[in-house]
Amino acid sequence: MTPADLTGRVALITGASRGIGLAAARRLADQGASVVLVARQIGEPVLDMFDPERLLLIEGDVGVADFSQAAVKQVFSRYRRLDILVNNAGIMRPAVTGMISDADIHESLQTNVAGVVHFTQAAARLMARTGGSIVNLSSIVGVRGVAGQLVYAASKAGVIGATLAAAKELARHNIRVNAVAPGFIETALTEGLSPEIKAETLRSIGLARPGTAEEVADVILFLASDLSRYVTGQVIGVDGGMVI
Amino acid sequence: MNTQSRVLKTFIRAFDLEEPVETSELAYLEYPEWTSVGHMTLVAALEEEFDAMLETSEILSMSNFDKAVEIMSRYDAG
Repeated sequence: MTPADLTGRVALITGASRGIGLAAARRLADQGASVVLVARQIGEPVLDMFDPERLLLIEGDVGVADFSQAAVKQVFSRYRRLDILVNNAGIMRPAVTGMISDADIHESLQTNVAGVVHFTQAAARLMARTGGSIVNLSSIVGVRGVAGQLVYAASKAGVIGATLAAAKELARHNIRVNAVAPGFIETALTEGLSPEIKAETLRSIGLARPGTAEEVADVILFLASDLSRYVTGQVIGVDGGMVI
Repeated sequence: MNTQSRVLKTFIRAFDLEEPVETSELAYLEYPEWTSVGHMTLVAALEEEFDAMLETSEILSMSNFDKAVEIMSRYDAG
């Protein structure tokens, strides 16, 4: 068994219907994990990508407080264990500071921060039996900030704080907690950006190209598996040398 | 083994207690080992012992040994 082998382990991925979440789920499944896909809605094409014997679907909104507990209970009923949690679900509502609605603030913080906290709470109890790994999706804008994304940046900085605190608290249960901070990754979140903004963004990336969801998923696999068994409380940038 | 004995065994294991244990002294934030951090250790141990997952309301209301026994009796199939 290699350190990247996840045979027999159970991984729950939020926001797993597309983008980085889907890529992470596929990468973890490729390494032998049973995957629990959590999303508001999961389409048939996504299901066809996975071995039905090692697949559990849970539809719901991570921003709803009780959902995380119910989801982890389903995992408990099916597998009696949870080894990996990937807190990926997130929303972005770009707006300059004077144009941010109160509803957007609440929705963003509820999904991006409270969702991470709720799933961490629920998962950690089950994980404490076996040890495990939690990987939270932050963003380069949570580390550096960027104009026009005040709320998103605040929420992703919140994810880093939650990661660092949980890493300290859960280490005694052999639960590692780390974050990934992607830069400009081609996903549904970024496809709505104008050509001008995309061109300007590319000029700020050392490797001069956008990243892919699969490249982020590779780092998630590293953090989720025993390849990183002595790594906790870290924030790893996956940004191609982006400067903002 | 009845529920009370299983809960006591779990307290001893979770908090590394020496027997005999005076169960009336086991209260959240009053007994030295039963801190907020210790509470999670205890809950995880109880869930493992009883092969269950508690409700959040049950976790928050587990304030002493007798209450723990009352809550875990709901999950004691044996």
